[in-house]
Amino acid sequence: MKLAGFLLLLAGWGLVLSAVILLASPAPRAAFVMAGMAVETLGLVLTIRTHVLPRGEKERT
Amino acid sequence: MNEASTALCFLCILLAPLATAGLALINAGLIRSRSAAHSMLSSLGAVAIGAGVFFVWGFALQGSSGGPAHTVWIGGKPWDLLAAAPMFLRGVALDGSPTSMAILLETIAVGLAVLIPLGAGAERWRFGASCASAVVLAGGVWPLFAHWSWSGGWLAQLGLNYGLGRGFVDAGGAGTIHVVGGLTALSVAWILGPRRGRYALHGMPTAIPGHNAVFVLFGCFLAWVGWIGLNAAGAMLFAGVEPGRVVLVAINTTLAAAGGALAVVAITRVRFGKPDASLSANGWVGGLVACSAGAAFMTPIAAMVTGIVAGALVIFAVELLELRLSVDDPAGAVSVHAVGGVWGLVALGMFGHFPMAGGGGDQWVAQMVGVATLVGFVLPLTYGANKLLSRIVPYRVGVEGERQGLDLFELGAGAYPDFVTHRDEFGQR
Repeated sequence: MKLAGFLLLLAGWGLVLSAVILLASPAPRAAFVMAGMAVETLGLVLTIRTHVLPRGEKERT
Repeated sequence: MNEASTALCFLCILLAPLATAGLALINAGLIRSRSAAHSMLSSLGAVAIGAGVFFVWGFALQGSSGGPAHTVWIGGKPWDLLAAAPMFLRGVALDGSPTSMAILLETIAVGLAVLIPLGAGAERWRFGASCASAVVLAGGVWPLFAHWSWSGGWLAQLGLNYGLGRGFVDAGGAGTIHVVGGLTALSVAWILGPRRGRYALHGMPTAIPGHNAVFVLFGCFLAWVGWIGLNAAGAMLFAGVEPGRVVLVAINTTLAAAGGALAVVAITRVRFGKPDASLSANGWVGGLVACSAGAAFMTPIAAMVTGIVAGALVIFAVELLELRLSVDDPAGAVSVHAVGGVWGLVALGMFGHFPMAGGGGDQWVAQMVGVATLVGFVLPLTYGANKLLSRIVPYRVGVEGERQGLDLFELGAGAYPDFVTHRDEFGQR
């Protein structure tokens, strides 16, 4: 899950870069940049969730 | 630059180390007294390592605008990925030229960046491991992103190559210094895990208050002066702002800090009945961080709004990280630097006005590309590097080290030898 989160982060970044390189019109480019950031947000949420301690482990710390 | 501009820029750069000193004091004040000396020594060590590594090979990777670089061509456009400058600053004329002034500012700025993760790893991060992590940050992650944003790299060229405003703008280092440092702080907090006793009862966090609110609040004053110098020098050197706008930079920096602190004071007063000193300090620094990107390009009203929003975001992020996400970040480094910095980059895209050619239009897209690069590339990079390093150099001290405090355990002497410890703060309350 953690690896998937980081891969989603990289994939979102790739989408943003692709939008900048491939799209010349401002509106589609902005839309794809935002889509890339949405993918990054998903990746960030996934990465964060894998680092949240389960309750039992919290009690041991 | 004429002689007067050079003198003004040099003066501003000389103020910048006060930002580092302020942050070091804040980090030390927000932890328990048993690790205060360790915190200050770690700060000094990190700054020393940052400067040394930047001199040896950091500048070779970062380079300067217009200097030799490794460039690839994608879709008929040049993508400047990495500098190809000599190591040990060989052949660089340190003569008061803009390039030499930029090198001086970067030598100080890298120290500020490597200091930030120490706040998140406080009270459990070994001194040697924090030094090793500083080498990785100062010699790998930081120069790479700093080249892209400050030294004419592909992010800075987004305007020239793709018509995205003036390209990614980050004059005072909201992204280059603070988000990079803040994301490294998040990685370190994840790798280390929370302090023992932090989540004691049914998974609820136990408050571990800092030992010296005066250090924290005095650190805010020092940071304010340092930030004015950092933002002003950065605006002149990395954004081509004319020296006359230094006054605007200083006013905006002050207003943003004021907005951040006042927002937190008001919110905590309403929510808890009394203003919270440590959170208010975080709000102050959050405002400073947020205005770093665009203090030279905003109106004073926009700077104040940026600071107020930063203060509110800092409180939200501190609570989210502490209560929901089990991230033990004693100094609030992630909330202040990563969250505040990202907001600052976005705020520049929303509120920025650019008097020179370019800007406007798609400037916000350029800022978003910068944010996407930080979150989508820098976070996995810095997490992976620190995770790998933690396999080689153990990051966390043992149980006995945390019980004694890092001052006694790693340094052999406490910060306050005349103090008598009346009770063990380590146990559950």
